[in-house]
Formats: sequence, C-alpha cells, structure tokens
Amino acid sequence: MLDTLTMFGFGPEGWGPAMLRAAANTVAVAAAGFALGGGLGILVAWAKIAGNAPLRWLAAAYTTILRGIPDLLVIYLFYFGSGLLLTPIANMFGVEGFVSFPGFVAGMGAIGVVSGAYHAEVIRGAFYSVKAGELEAATAMGMPRLLKFRRITLPLVARHALPGLGNVWQMVLKESALISVTGLVEIMRQAQIGSSFTRQPFTFYFAAGVLFLTITILSGLIFNRLEHRYSRGRA
Amino acid sequence: MDFEFLGQTFLKLLPGIPVTLELATLSLLLGACLALAFAVIRVRRIRPLNWLVIGYVYVFRGTPLLVQMFIIYYGLAQFPEIRNSFAWTYLREPYWCALLALVLNTAAYGSEILRGALLSVPRGQIMAAQACGMSGFLLFRRISFPIALRQALPAYGNEFILMIKATSLASLVTLADVTGIAARIIAETYRPVEVFVAAGTIYLAISYGLILLVRLAETRLNPDQRDPAPVARVDAARKEVTP
Repeated sequence: MLDTLTMFGFGPEGWGPAMLRAAANTVAVAAAGFALGGGLGILVAWAKIAGNAPLRWLAAAYTTILRGIPDLLVIYLFYFGSGLLLTPIANMFGVEGFVSFPGFVAGMGAIGVVSGAYHAEVIRGAFYSVKAGELEAATAMGMPRLLKFRRITLPLVARHALPGLGNVWQMVLKESALISVTGLVEIMRQAQIGSSFTRQPFTFYFAAGVLFLTITILSGLIFNRLEHRYSRGRA
Repeated sequence: MDFEFLGQTFLKLLPGIPVTLELATLSLLLGACLALAFAVIRVRRIRPLNWLVIGYVYVFRGTPLLVQMFIIYYGLAQFPEIRNSFAWTYLREPYWCALLALVLNTAAYGSEILRGALLSVPRGQIMAAQACGMSGFLLFRRISFPIALRQALPAYGNEFILMIKATSLASLVTLADVTGIAARIIAETYRPVEVFVAAGTIYLAISYGLILLVRLAETRLNPDQRDPAPVARVDAARKEVTP
C-alpha cells in the first residue's frame, strides 16, 4: 500500500506529476475535439434544418456514416491519412521517413469529426423543441438574421441542448482513451508507459480508471450547474 | 482511389467479420442477461445488492471501455494468485478478456435502459394482472417483461450499434477482427484511405442489417401499431353488410 502511494507520489521516483500531466492532455484533446465537433455539429444541424435537398442529403450521409463506423478506424484514418498528405511534402524538404500530424492534432480531428455527428443530432433536436413563437417574436421585433441567431436562437437552443451535450462530452472523454494509439501521452498512454516500466499493469490501469472517473464526475457536476443556470425562469 | 487495391483489401478483411459478429452477438446476449438481473435488483430495491449494482453501473459507465479491457487483459496478470488459478486458462486468452470486458460494459449500459423500461410499465397493467391472480415470476414473465421489452427496444437498438463499434477495441488486445486486420494492412501498406473505406463499408453494412432486424422486432412486438391484416378488414366489412 505504502509502495503504491510512493509510486504515485510527487517524489523523485513518483509517477504522480506524469499522470496528472497526462490527465491534463486528455482533457485538452477531448475539449479541443468537443469544440471542433460542436462547430461542425452546428453547421450540419443547420444543413439538416434549413438546407436544400443536396445539403440535407450530405448531412444525413455524414451523421449516418460517422455514427456507424468505429472511432478507432476514424483515428487511424486521421493519423495515417495525414501522413499520406504530409510525408511527400516533408520528404521534399529533406525529412526522411513517415511524417504525420502530431497525435494531438490527429486525435482532435478524429474526435471532432465523430462527435460532430452526435452534436448535430442533439442540436437539431434542441432546435425543434424551441417554440416557433419565440423565434417569430424576434422577427416581429425587426431583428436582422444574425442578431436574431445570436440573441434568441443560440441561447434558446443551448438551453435545450445542454443535457444532450453533456452526454456527448462524456462520450468524447471516454473516446479520447483511443487516441493513445497515435502515441499522444494522454492518460492511457502514460499508464502503458508506467506499467511497462514498473511491471505493475493493474496498478497503472486502475489509476487510469480512477483519473477518468474523477474527470467524468467533475464534468457531470459542472454540466448540472450549467443546466441549472440556463433553465432559470423556465416554467 | 485504387479500386483494385480496395477490392483486395475487402477480401482480406472478410475473415474478420465472423470475429466481429461473434464478439458482438455473444457480448450482447450475455450482457443483456446480466443487465436484466441488475435492472430487476434496482427496480425491486433488493437491499445490499442494490447498492453494489449502483456502484458497478457508475464505475463502468464512467470509465472508458479501453481501460476496462486493459485492466482485464494486461492488469490481472500482475497477481500471482490469478495466474495460478483455474481462471487463468481463460484470462490468458485475449478473446475471453475482450469478451468479458464487452459483456461487463454493455451490462452496465443495458441495465439502465431496462430499468427505465421496467419503471415505465403502467401501474394499471400490473394491478390488472394481480386482480387476475398473477404474482411474482408469472406476472413478471407474462406482463412486466413483455411490456418493458417493447419500451426498451429502440434504446437497446442503439446499444446494439454501439456494441458493434465497441468490438473494434478488441483489436487493441491483439484480436484479428475487422479493425485489427485493417490496422495491420494500414501499417503494411500506408494506404489508410482505401482500407478505411473497405472496413467502414463492412461496419455500416452490419449496423444497417441490425437496424432492419430491430425494426422487424419492433413491428412484431407492437401488433397494435401494424396495419390491420386484410382478412380482418374483409370480416369487418361483412359484419356491416349483414345486420
């Protein structure tokens, strides 16, 4: 027991700082991917709600395909696929061998594209639960389209979308464990390094689980508070 | 895109399909049995077990499947007690470890779906059954369970799709499922786009087949939502004519 404490402590032999840095990386890559997916989701939801036929078809194809293909394959596509683009350029500049996006960028892209499909469905659902009268009232006040979007549509949709977005965030967080295959030192990769170094895989993967659980619990609390805040004054 | 290579890749991926399907089917079946047991424990509030299930569901839904799989496959080997026990013959094999992780994971998600469905069974239906003299297991088998199953099916259908996708993690504990073979081909050829298209098509086809099956089951389980059979309509028409 004491051994385990020193192992994860902050002393010279301790893995504590490394694990915490890795946790920060996990949160960073998940948050970046979540934000990218959110932007993508808004565009795709807009295409589904207000687009013309080809746009709607494209949006439907995107959400169907990305929700049916394993995330791991998408991560491979981004990681090795970026190599396909970057390796010839790098070789032109005299760099030998395989060059790809850094794990962070590839992971963020993959998570963004996958979660974008889920974001789009959540946002679309939220848009339809906003009462038409509220949007019509804004038009009647003479608000220009962008102003109406920023002042009325976005806050109302955000309020309805929050619970769904919370679910997407939890999903993204757990998906980010897969980015360890690109070599990005997030929680999983750090646990792999630690377990091959100390030959104590259970201890390290268990610690990884505890870190993930802590992050999920904390973000659950934050989303609860946000939901509470955004539904003030709702009947 | 190189279509010849695409075709070759597709053929090379085919042997992975049975592995993927087997993992998904077995884990969903076993997971659903566990999930049902957990859901009943939660709904009936069977005291000490109740708390255990709540904790179990919380932990398995709050951590990534990959962590669970790695703890089982790589982690358990740390303990000599396990290495020397009879369970080691199974826990040594990546297949059983992946299956165990998938079963435990889907049981956690499934139990929440089934719990919600069991809670949504209308009180009146159960009271009616009690009035007919049913109780205990008979009531559960004949009334609560069928009604809950109907309620749970759309959400459980989503869980099916998620599990098909989740089996791909088995490739990270060295299994040669569709994703495992795809990863090997990518590493050998550095042609991720074609491999992605081929493997992605296989997964989409499996998911699509599954969606059709779920829809079929939904129409079977909800006879009230089907169009009335033509024979019935003729009968109804005849009744109107002959007073």
